[in-house]
Amino acid sequence: MTLSAHDKELVAKTWTKIAPKAAQIGGEALGRLIAVFPQTKTYFSHFADHSASSPQIKAHGAKVLGAIGQAVSGIDNVSASLSKLSELHAYNLRVDPVNFKLLAHTLLVTLSAYLGAEFTPEVHLAWDKFLALVATVLSEKYR
Amino acid sequence: MVHWTDEERQAISSTWAEINVEEVGHQALARVLVVYPWTQRYFSTFGNLSNATAIAGNPKVRAHGKRVLDALGDAITHLDNVSATYAKLSQLHSEKLHVDPENFRLLGETLIISLAAQFGAAFTPDIQAAWQKLMAVVTAALSKQYY
Repeated sequence: MTLSAHDKELVAKTWTKIAPKAAQIGGEALGRLIAVFPQTKTYFSHFADHSASSPQIKAHGAKVLGAIGQAVSGIDNVSASLSKLSELHAYNLRVDPVNFKLLAHTLLVTLSAYLGAEFTPEVHLAWDKFLALVATVLSEKYR
Repeated sequence: MVHWTDEERQAISSTWAEINVEEVGHQALARVLVVYPWTQRYFSTFGNLSNATAIAGNPKVRAHGKRVLDALGDAITHLDNVSATYAKLSQLHSEKLHVDPENFRLLGETLIISLAAQFGAAFTPDIQAAWQKLMAVVTAALSKQYY
């Protein structure tokens, strides 16, 4: 399932809209992940506060969305854009790839909450495909 | 038997009270057909589903979306016994409609995203969690009569 030119355009357009609030959106998406899928807390046991409203979780979510922004800028070669993160996830973090899907879902929910009617089915489709690509790239060196 | 906390019941019923069943049903179903176009396989009699605009304007999609959401209303009215409430519906989906249960999960996800679009920040993480649980219970109940 490759990204069409139209998909890439929609992702880029959305990013421009949300970029000023990227940190907030990232924080909220990760907070929703913890609230809705509490098993994901297991990856944050080193945070003093790993509840959904934790400032550390929010800060980390902001970081994650920053990386996604990098992938948006390098959308023609996400593999190259996220190469270092791909290695990090494979050799250090080893987050089970099933969780990339869960975070993609909560990010889509957050984008939907922020964009309302602007988060049209076509925009949703483009982001669903894009986040699936990001997930594939992040897990590509696992084994 | 699913255990629901008072907060979960409250989250579900208060959201439900505020939605237009026909509108949300239409949006959720249209979204599924656009985002996961292979789901169109079940709707060959629906006429024009060739692009997002056609899907959004298709009256059969609207009617069916309402039907689906009305059925969800049944589950919400019988939160303590969704399995029994959905036994016939499950059988229908398995034996007559031959719907892959994965589609229940997809519709559940897109419904949640549709709710987020409508309610914005009011669709808090806790409310989302209650609805995710409801979607999981509904999916399980609809999948139960498959063999």
